[in-house]
Amino acid sequence: MTSTEFLLWVKGTGFTLAIAVFAAGIVLRLAEIWSLGRKPDLAEAKGNANTAGVRTIFNRFIPDKGIWDRSAFIIIAAWFFHVGLFVVIFFFVPHILLIDSIIGLQWPGLPTPIVDAFAVITMVGLLAMLFHRITQPVKKYLSTFEDYLVWAVTFLPLLTGYLAYHRLLFSPDMLLAMHILSVELLLVLLPFTKLSHSFTFLLARWYNGAISGFRGVQS
Amino acid sequence: MPKNTLGEHLRQQGMSRRSFLKFCSLLASGMALSPALVPRIAQALEATRRPSVIWLSFQECTGCTESLTRSHTPTVEGLIFDAISLDYHHTLQAASGHAAEAAREEAMKENFGQYILVVDGSIPLDNPGFSTIAGISNLDMLKETAKGAAAIVAVGTCAAFGGLPKANPNPTGAVPVSDIITDKPIINVSGCPPIPVVITGVLAHILTFGGLPELDDLGRPAAFYGQSIHDRCYRRPFYEKGLFAETFDDEGAKKGWCLYKLGCKGPVTFNACATTKWNEGTSFPIESGHGCIGCSEPDFWDFGGFYEALSRPTGQTGKNAVYGVAAGTAVGAAVWAMNRAKKEEAVRGHEKLTMDELNREGEES
Amino acid sequence: MAESGVIPIALDTATGNVRPLLHEIRHALTRLLNTGEPTVIDLGALPLSETELEQLQAQLGKGEVRAELHALGVSLIQETRYSGVWLIRHMNESQESAGMFIEISKMPELLYAQMEDIQDGLGRLEHELNEQPPF
Ligand code: SF4
Repeated sequence: MTSTEFLLWVKGTGFTLAIAVFAAGIVLRLAEIWSLGRKPDLAEAKGNANTAGVRTIFNRFIPDKGIWDRSAFIIIAAWFFHVGLFVVIFFFVPHILLIDSIIGLQWPGLPTPIVDAFAVITMVGLLAMLFHRITQPVKKYLSTFEDYLVWAVTFLPLLTGYLAYHRLLFSPDMLLAMHILSVELLLVLLPFTKLSHSFTFLLARWYNGAISGFRGVQS
Repeated sequence: MPKNTLGEHLRQQGMSRRSFLKFCSLLASGMALSPALVPRIAQALEATRRPSVIWLSFQECTGCTESLTRSHTPTVEGLIFDAISLDYHHTLQAASGHAAEAAREEAMKENFGQYILVVDGSIPLDNPGFSTIAGISNLDMLKETAKGAAAIVAVGTCAAFGGLPKANPNPTGAVPVSDIITDKPIINVSGCPPIPVVITGVLAHILTFGGLPELDDLGRPAAFYGQSIHDRCYRRPFYEKGLFAETFDDEGAKKGWCLYKLGCKGPVTFNACATTKWNEGTSFPIESGHGCIGCSEPDFWDFGGFYEALSRPTGQTGKNAVYGVAAGTAVGAAVWAMNRAKKEEAVRGHEKLTMDELNREGEES
Repeated sequence: MAESGVIPIALDTATGNVRPLLHEIRHALTRLLNTGEPTVIDLGALPLSETELEQLQAQLGKGEVRAELHALGVSLIQETRYSGVWLIRHMNESQESAGMFIEISKMPELLYAQMEDIQDGLGRLEHELNEQPPF
């Protein structure tokens, strides 16, 4: 298989499969969560569940004092990583064109050197978190194979994307193909691993907020 | 093989030594070689005997021959053609039919093991009758002629990689030369058409150095296909700044911004267009405002549309995402039903604890 | 529709190659002085922007000799302000630029009469004197 054939496969069949699995996976997971169901709370509502739910989705972006004091390092690293990843995925022009091909929505991108800087920040954030994971005894003890797997499938698209943009080590078509393949791997695994937090966090935060809101306490 | 050397031949044509030296330095420049090699090139070219060249055209559009013969006359390209003895080329030669085939057979017999075979066009494997010359199928003619060739130059993307005839769904079962001939050195000079000076540069290289030029992993001469269009593109600074033309006549297009969004395949296309340029060095497609279509790469016709940005998927992703959602919904509904059933069963199996039972447990312990 | 004249067809991005090139010429001149060895630099192999090419030409200037060669089209050979540094511009028979070189030598190779051509000329002269004496 030449690098062109490889690239054609990942751009065509490979990507189609990955997107189908990704879409099916997310819907399945959402259906699973939703079908768990909760019995109606018959107590009298002391506040508005929905507003509290929505508020909590946002205010959990800011860590509370106790957690901050204990894990400032990991919070900072994770913050940089998540913001960086968001920018890299959603503001790199070729990515926007890709998303447009799938869902038909476009928005302006950022100049490439800025995205490039974010890619570096993101990778540094990820490396810092990996370092933390393997150097902290407790965290290391708690880490499973899955933790390392999801780390790797998140890191690979960033690394291959960085190499592809800077055209390092391999031929450009090979690099682009490797980058797309690594993203396909991520897409396929995302709904079925811890990476599903990228959408379930919305549900979880809303739910936590909503219970507290219903009871009229702070979430 | 013609008796006289190239040097003698050119002198007979009335070419002065000065002209020959000028020709050699331009040739070296064209082959991307150091001027220090000019004396060596001159020496080698002088002493070489004009090689016999047999040019076979299969499933092609004659664009490659056009590219070559319409190049600036008379120049380096033209002179290289003086430097070879083109014994068979059914578009260019005067003879036709049996006389032409006789010329081919004679050239093959006389120069067996030494002639250069140039091929343009792909070869249909589905049905040999799809493309024949003088009643001989392309496949048979290629096999027969390749036997005595010293080297094969596959000119154009069709001969090198299958090209347009091989494009999905490949109705003729077209294949490139390298799929059929595996025991001869093959140089792929891809492009639709290839840059004329690249075709002649390769012939010149064989003439001067007697061997094959350095090739890349797709069998293309590295001197011309070593760098991508994107790496040599003068619009690259705009790509870096994220300034893209959105349509062919917007402000960005007028300002010469990058053509990525309009489908430019320059980032994954290897060719010398950005440096060698076309039409007597006038410009190249990107300079004329059109993205690169990637014509020197295998399967470029199937790359998802000339006007689709490189990062766009080629499959019908949106539709398949919908299928994915449908499948997920179906499985999700099943899981839901199962969860529901389980829950109802649990509710049904739920027995209220009575005071008696609690008291009994207390007594037992 | 935009007029094609509005679209810039070449960006003038500086390559920064002029200075290194002048240093290369300096080295070549030193070599020529010390060992007599000539050097040829192919300007086609070196990216230079339009402006830079003009800068280079302005820096090299014009010296005492200018020669015109008519072989496979015109070639213009201009000695520069630095004796021994020659700017050679080849054109093909359709007057299109075919290549540009800088030669560092006492005399550009192409200006010397070539033995083969001398031989030819001699043969022609002898023939003409024998067969059809003009006078
Ligand atoms: S026009 Fe094409 S080759 Fe040039 S910089 Fe843009 S994408 Fe690259």
